[in-house]
Amino acid sequence: MTTKPIPKIRFERVGMTFPVRAPRGARARISSGARDPARSPAGAGFTALEDIELDIADGEFTVLVGPSGCGKSTLLDLLGGLALPTSGRVLLDGEPVTGPGRDRGTVFQQYALLPWRTARGNVEFGLEAAGVPRRERAERAGEFLSLVGLDGFGDRHPHELSGGMRQRVAIARSLAYDPDVLLMDEPFGALDAQTRESLQDELLRVWQRTRKTVVFITHSIDEAVLLGQRVAVLTSRPGRVKEVVPIALGDGRADIRAGGGRADNDLAGGGRSGDVPSGDDRTGGGRGGVEDPRSTPEFARHRHRIWELLHDEVSRAQELEREAVAL
Amino acid sequence: MSAGAALTDAPAPETAAAERHGGTAPRVTGPRGPGPARRLLGLVGGLVGGLVGGVLRRTAAVLALLALWEAAPRLGFVDRIFLPPFSEVAVAWWELLADGQLLDDARASLVRSATGFGLAVLVAVPLGLLIGWYRPVAELLGPLLEVFRNTAALALLPVFVLLLGIGETSKVSIVLYACTWPVLLNTISAVRTVDPTLLKLARSVNLPPWRLFQRVILPASVPAVFTGIRLAGAVAILVLVAAEMVGAKAGLGFLINNSQFNFAIPQMYAGILTVSLIGVAFNQLLVALERRFTSWRTSG
Repeated sequence: MTTKPIPKIRFERVGMTFPVRAPRGARARISSGARDPARSPAGAGFTALEDIELDIADGEFTVLVGPSGCGKSTLLDLLGGLALPTSGRVLLDGEPVTGPGRDRGTVFQQYALLPWRTARGNVEFGLEAAGVPRRERAERAGEFLSLVGLDGFGDRHPHELSGGMRQRVAIARSLAYDPDVLLMDEPFGALDAQTRESLQDELLRVWQRTRKTVVFITHSIDEAVLLGQRVAVLTSRPGRVKEVVPIALGDGRADIRAGGGRADNDLAGGGRSGDVPSGDDRTGGGRGGVEDPRSTPEFARHRHRIWELLHDEVSRAQELEREAVAL
Repeated sequence: MSAGAALTDAPAPETAAAERHGGTAPRVTGPRGPGPARRLLGLVGGLVGGLVGGVLRRTAAVLALLALWEAAPRLGFVDRIFLPPFSEVAVAWWELLADGQLLDDARASLVRSATGFGLAVLVAVPLGLLIGWYRPVAELLGPLLEVFRNTAALALLPVFVLLLGIGETSKVSIVLYACTWPVLLNTISAVRTVDPTLLKLARSVNLPPWRLFQRVILPASVPAVFTGIRLAGAVAILVLVAAEMVGAKAGLGFLINNSQFNFAIPQMYAGILTVSLIGVAFNQLLVALERRFTSWRTSG
């Protein structure tokens, strides 16, 4: 294999430096300029990302984890075209990203639903931007609401939906205009544990069906191991890729990825369909005798590996934070 | 409930009203009677009681004030010449209404304040959207707008009279002027405080600027814009009445002031009452309008 195919996404020595607001920058320079590698020698900026090298294949589910403030969200903004890197290049299908585009769909942690629109109206929002005709919009919106398990909730306004359902609407909205890449910025961070689990399963099911390339940011190691085919661990400020851990969960994950799953657990009126083995039980599609993938030894092994990688970075990040506060 | 039981033999029309409004009245279970007929009676009584109770709760303070107003002059706590009992004011109000004077004055006032208010909304909302949208413009004009807003409009009344005379123009103008600031400033801040994640969303789907304005900024601004409009509604009446006290030949402000000059004290209070009634009604109208436009905020 000498001729490798062009990766779907490639980060090529990507760096990102923000100009620092004068007073903070000045203070930082005086007290810790030389010791802190996050600040360039001139004290001119704040380096969020440095020399990011990462290839992501088409259809791959990649998770980014890292200590808070390591530039994970910045990385996603670069990929989304909401910001441009100060050095290096972000390539999508071999072409540099120059701005936002509907070939990438973003799911935000705070849902970002338009509160004056119904669930259906929110899903149609992206389609309107894409110039899809009205009738087709309604059809597609219905289809994608159904894909995320929100049949019958199309006419509800966001304030009438639970947090989990809101995030489902947001996911449906991002999928509806059919982007190649789904960018997810801690999408389940604001949800309670149970809702989060059911949405994780659901996301894997949707990913399986749509075969999108997913770039997913999280704080949770468990979530990273469960969802990712590969987990990229970032260092604390400035963010670099410390290591990319391939995840192989064995049968446990195969089952959950085969997608029996506990589909609609958090839908209040959705019945308990998740408890009913769905059709072909033999292949482990249902939940009947399937082990929780989160409790397998493979899961624990991967979890520990990533924990180790993160541990030093988190304590370093905390140290940096303490320093910043003490200034 | 006790109130319901006490009102079991309420007159027929009220019972019918209670049944009509049964859906909105608080759910009340009647006392357990021995027979079904009595139970039904008790239930109906309970509904009436609930409805009357609700109305009572909402009007109790107003009724207490009117009772105090009625009693204080009669009991000699205040001079009845300067504060006649409410019943006398009510009679005077009725007489003014009957001879058409009240309607003429109210119409004159309403036309002036509605014109000034309407023009202010028509001018200030688009202007505010524009200023809020262009951040540098907002930053440039911000301090100036603050100065204008914090200059009491009535302090400028002599200036308006000087420049525009004492006719309709100056009165409509001062209402327009006073109403502009709350609408303008609220609209500007509405545009500037649109949820940033919504803006990020719009950028991420590559929404062109005009669409962004129409689909995101505008609807997101509606609630705050309406707050400004409601403030302006109160200001419109406040400023107008004061303006009409200076050189006017009709209007509620003129009625109040003129009655005081002629020592027609009950008529003066009748004018004041009319002003507050119009104020309350106008505010209710704007609240209803606001509900209609922001129904997505509350369930139902």
